[in-house]
Amino acid sequence: MRISRRILAGLATASLAVTATSCGGGGTSGSFDDTVTVGILHSLSGTMAISESTLVDTEKMAIEEINAAGGVKVGGKSYKIEYIVEDGASDWPTFAEKSKKLIDQDGVPVVFGGWTSASRKAMLPVYESKDAFLYYPIQYEAQECSNNIFYTGATPNQQSEPATDFMYKRSPAAGGDFFLVGSDYVFPRTSNTITKAQVKQLGGKVVGEDYLPLGNTEVAPIISKIKKALPDGGIIINTLNGDQNVAFFKQIQDAGITPSSGYYVMNYSIAEEEISTIGPEFLEGHYGAWNYMMSIDTPASKKFAASFKKRWGADRVVADPQESAYNMVYLWKQAVEDAGTFDDNAVREALVGQKFDAPQGPVEVMPNHHLSQTVRIGEINAEGGFTILEETGVVLPQAWNQKHPSSKGFACDWTDPSKGEKYKL
Amino acid sequence: MELLLDSLFNGVAIGSVLLVAALGLAIVFGLMGVINLAHGELMMLGAYTTYVTQLIFKLPILKPFYNSYIIVSIFLAFIVSGVVGILLEKTIIRKLYGSPLETLLATWGVSLILQQFVRSVPLAYGTGLVISLLIGLFLPTTFPSKIKESINFKYFKFSSWIFAAFTGVLSGSVISSSVSKLSRASARNVDVTAPSWMRGQVEIIGTAFPKTRLMIIVITLISVVAITLFLNQSAWGMRIRAVTQNRQMSDCLGISTEKVDIITFGIGSGLAGVAGVAVSLLGSVGPNVGGNYIVGCFMVVVLGGVGNLLGTVLASFGIGIMTDLIGAGRLLSIWPDMPLPLSNTINFFATTSMARVMIFALIVIFLQFKPTGLFPQKGRMVES
Repeated sequence: MRISRRILAGLATASLAVTATSCGGGGTSGSFDDTVTVGILHSLSGTMAISESTLVDTEKMAIEEINAAGGVKVGGKSYKIEYIVEDGASDWPTFAEKSKKLIDQDGVPVVFGGWTSASRKAMLPVYESKDAFLYYPIQYEAQECSNNIFYTGATPNQQSEPATDFMYKRSPAAGGDFFLVGSDYVFPRTSNTITKAQVKQLGGKVVGEDYLPLGNTEVAPIISKIKKALPDGGIIINTLNGDQNVAFFKQIQDAGITPSSGYYVMNYSIAEEEISTIGPEFLEGHYGAWNYMMSIDTPASKKFAASFKKRWGADRVVADPQESAYNMVYLWKQAVEDAGTFDDNAVREALVGQKFDAPQGPVEVMPNHHLSQTVRIGEINAEGGFTILEETGVVLPQAWNQKHPSSKGFACDWTDPSKGEKYKL
Repeated sequence: MELLLDSLFNGVAIGSVLLVAALGLAIVFGLMGVINLAHGELMMLGAYTTYVTQLIFKLPILKPFYNSYIIVSIFLAFIVSGVVGILLEKTIIRKLYGSPLETLLATWGVSLILQQFVRSVPLAYGTGLVISLLIGLFLPTTFPSKIKESINFKYFKFSSWIFAAFTGVLSGSVISSSVSKLSRASARNVDVTAPSWMRGQVEIIGTAFPKTRLMIIVITLISVVAITLFLNQSAWGMRIRAVTQNRQMSDCLGISTEKVDIITFGIGSGLAGVAGVAVSLLGSVGPNVGGNYIVGCFMVVVLGGVGNLLGTVLASFGIGIMTDLIGAGRLLSIWPDMPLPLSNTINFFATTSMARVMIFALIVIFLQFKPTGLFPQKGRMVES
């Protein structure tokens, strides 16, 4: 009852939105029987705006594509997707507040949103208490598995673990010692805990670890520590965030920490967008690990990049977070069509097992609300892209990491009521 | 020996970034007592000036001189930030002397405006605006005194502002049409690439030093020496010091305190611009770049003792050396087999974030014993 009222409210606002604004697009509204309004919630102002606005662009494009192909077909009727974009303003409580607004006031059946883990943690209680659904597109530290969130980004075992393995076994610095550098917040710290456990298993050695407070760009002490700990080169795992990477790479190059002198940096937060900001001349020869890279040579990947450029400008690039955002819109559409309703609970059930031919290759929704994905290791080239060196098969997501001491031996399964969020394997 | 040299250099390198950033504030806050929260944004303007200069030097006419753009941008950054500072003083801060809380809030507002300005105005037109400000403010002062004293001077002033606006729009559109990167507004961070002669490292007595760090140390040294000479040797420097010590008395003796305020604030702001050039060499340039430094600047000035340049210098190098000593865990390499509990403690603080915590704690403790900083201002002005 409550849900049907929400859909009604959603339809009402949707029709209002059609008359009041010109948002949404693609396809002529004449060929649709009805409309459905979804929520998009990312930062359009503040420090995160640069990154998050690319997701808004991608989600808009996916919605336009779906509309152009006839919209969402539910119960024999075709629905045009409309959207309401809300600004999270890079402020975590605002994300929670806007989520409430989208769910209660606009009555949207789904919200696509978030980037930072802090924003997700702020939104989580809202979606759980209202039994609504959030689609979250970013590679993250995992150690979380909510019944009300659907995660389309990589978990650490779908990014950092294959990357560490590559660095220790097959990179030019194979067998070398590790130094871990990151920004001081939850993702780098969790990721590095996992890396340390993994390096120990592999028989390697982590000789140093340092965290830079967010916003701080003074990396001189870190550089002297790296030089002390790795005098003859080695492996550096970098989880610095945003602009701190610029300072880091400019200064390590000046200090002679370069691939040509035996230092290889593996990055978990540098995609095509960031390479162009930092400058490929500082990054050439270092590595990155992602599920999607723009240089993937498949028709699906090329089509994705080409339509994004066509829609938003030839100088734009696509990267892994955008691909995740693109996938989640399509997966939601498929699940709704399979469920035959916009009802949250039915869609949630229909979602598990959905398959999609994503730009990165086939993905599938797993019972733990994460995606099975392909992992790629790339070397950054002078043109500002990745030269793909390795590609794994499909890797299943671990919501609870099997190398992290606190979650070893646990898993998540929402399809089985006796298992749920965290059960012992 | 090498270790000591390396550590000392690192300390000096970190300290000189702090010092060049805090130097302008030491004058504005230290000498004038103005809590200028927009100081970081004046640095940001300096950093953006470097970026704009870099792009302009890539134009075919100036291409042969590309390698020297960084030197030119130091002067330009001083002028740009100085002019914006003067405007800030003339319009806002002048009205708020003696009310620190209102100054604090107003300058914070200005910092937000400046951040949003660089986000939403194309840099080409921003440059045009600065050019027109420069002409509008300075053209009337170059008129012969006969015109200046005539009652029609306000018309001359007015027409020079019109001329300034015209030149500003013209230069804005010229830059925007010749450098496409400057013609669109963008919130994206931009990047200053040091010219080739400033990249890489040099060997001094067997230790390699990054050239950009050396450049920053040189910029800092020159700024400190120049500002010390100016304050102690020039006539205006003497007037500034006189007004700082006793405003009413200086006023009575015929010093134009208004002019002194403008010059002091302009120089302080200009130095922030120079600091902007320095930090643009280390990281990326973006609307938030200044905010990252402002707390450090105030910390240095307070620790050094408000109103004392020597204190500021010592405080920044002190903090720099401490940061390196704690953050890089140097004590462990000097004394490798110290008792376990001690080495564990040192290891615990040997990360950048913990080193910061430790340094702030040490400063708080220090200020408990010497609340007025390393070199407190002595004399009659203290009671005011």
